[in-house]
Amino acid sequence: MKLKRVVVTGLGALTPIGNTVDEYWNSLLNGVSGAAPVTHFDAEKFKTQFACEVKNFDPTNFIDRKEARRMDRFAQYAMVTADEALKDSGLDIEKVNKYRVGVIWGAGIGGLETFQEEVTNYALGDGSPRFNPFFIPKMIADIAPGLISIKNGFMGPNYTTVSACASSANAIIDALNSIRLGTTDVVITGGSEAAVTAAGMGGFNAMHAMSTRNDDPKTASRPFDANRDGFVLGEGSGALVLEEYDHAVARGAKIYAEVIGGGLSSDAYHMTAPHPEGIGVVAVMENCLNNAGLKPEDVDTINTHGTSTPLGDVAELKAIGKVFGENAYNININSTKSMTGHLLGAAGAVEAIASILAIEHGVVPPTINHSTKDENIDPKLNLTLNEAQKRDVKVAMSNTFGFGGHNACVMFKKLD
Amino acid sequence: MSDIASRVKAIIVDKLGVDENEVVPEASFTNDLGADSLDTVELIMEFEKEFDIQIPDDQAENIATVGQAVKYIEEAK
Repeated sequence: MKLKRVVVTGLGALTPIGNTVDEYWNSLLNGVSGAAPVTHFDAEKFKTQFACEVKNFDPTNFIDRKEARRMDRFAQYAMVTADEALKDSGLDIEKVNKYRVGVIWGAGIGGLETFQEEVTNYALGDGSPRFNPFFIPKMIADIAPGLISIKNGFMGPNYTTVSACASSANAIIDALNSIRLGTTDVVITGGSEAAVTAAGMGGFNAMHAMSTRNDDPKTASRPFDANRDGFVLGEGSGALVLEEYDHAVARGAKIYAEVIGGGLSSDAYHMTAPHPEGIGVVAVMENCLNNAGLKPEDVDTINTHGTSTPLGDVAELKAIGKVFGENAYNININSTKSMTGHLLGAAGAVEAIASILAIEHGVVPPTINHSTKDENIDPKLNLTLNEAQKRDVKVAMSNTFGFGGHNACVMFKKLD
Repeated sequence: MSDIASRVKAIIVDKLGVDENEVVPEASFTNDLGADSLDTVELIMEFEKEFDIQIPDDQAENIATVGQAVKYIEEAK
């Protein structure tokens, strides 16, 4: 059976550095940091008191007030970006065969704030179980694609992938495979997360995973810098419309890029720590290259997982060295998490959008906040430090890795 | 309008996102005010909280309109 070709025809983004795709891209090119003191709750007693929050977002500007009240923020974010991506794609949802349109979404956690509120209310009560009937449907991680399908009538495959910070890359790969195999014509994919809550911040702080640079939040996310001290928690959503190539051409759709391959692997090593030699990360990039039918010398840019943690950044770059050899020195390597923070389950989607737009515009966004070289990092690697770099990007790779040792890698190619 | 009726109305307007004028005694939560099964459960819980009463499930099933809710609460208080 010949696999179908899959292309990207629509994008939507709601991020800490921009509430639309255009705003997000402009901030990426200009090296804007999304970090600021936490506003969603009182973080005064927390080790980390800043995060990359979505700003100036009023759900009722997009969603009916009653509907918005029935959704956790992670689902509101999903709805808004799915709408933007669908509008961008120009897909006429009245004409499309709705049984062949799927929604495959990614979320690392789901409605954490809803969970926290309901359990807190219960704990403060007299033991009577006065849980809100919307508690479970608001919280569950799969409600986001459910709501997107309810709004648009899409009756194809519909679910959420959960693999922590690799979740939405998993979703994109599942969407790719669904269309490749001829199961669907169109899949709305991506991911969303809204974990900037007391439980989220407190939980990650307890793991010593997050930066505590409270005196200077904007420079806290500094992947590859010698003085990095952990990731900065982010939130938001990214949505992509993936479409079978002939389906897109037949309706004269704008095509951003081809989704050329995806790779998956597991570290099989530790619940949260990356393997020091990055063996699972080597495997995932090799799997992705094989899946795409490309060679190491074909890759122009790699948007790394690059979370700004001491161990993870070095292990990933070592793995890139192993997979790409001498070719690694010709690649624009970057980490857009230096600007957006770490969007957890939404990271794969918003970073995929950055890769696709790098192909579209011929510019690779920078890794900001770099001032001190890390002796453990090969100085010959081009880490796209501090300034965006022009480049005719033909092939862009995007890495994401999740707690649990889940690795996912997606590759996009400029359309021939 | 009684105090209870106006408080019931405020809850319905808030939870169901409907216009005040639609909240008349004969209005059915599901047929007229757009409530689904989860909304009706939430409404009953809000009435319980607001008026500090308990509405058992078998009785909640009989509260389908605005007027029935007001009558039930008036009798329960």
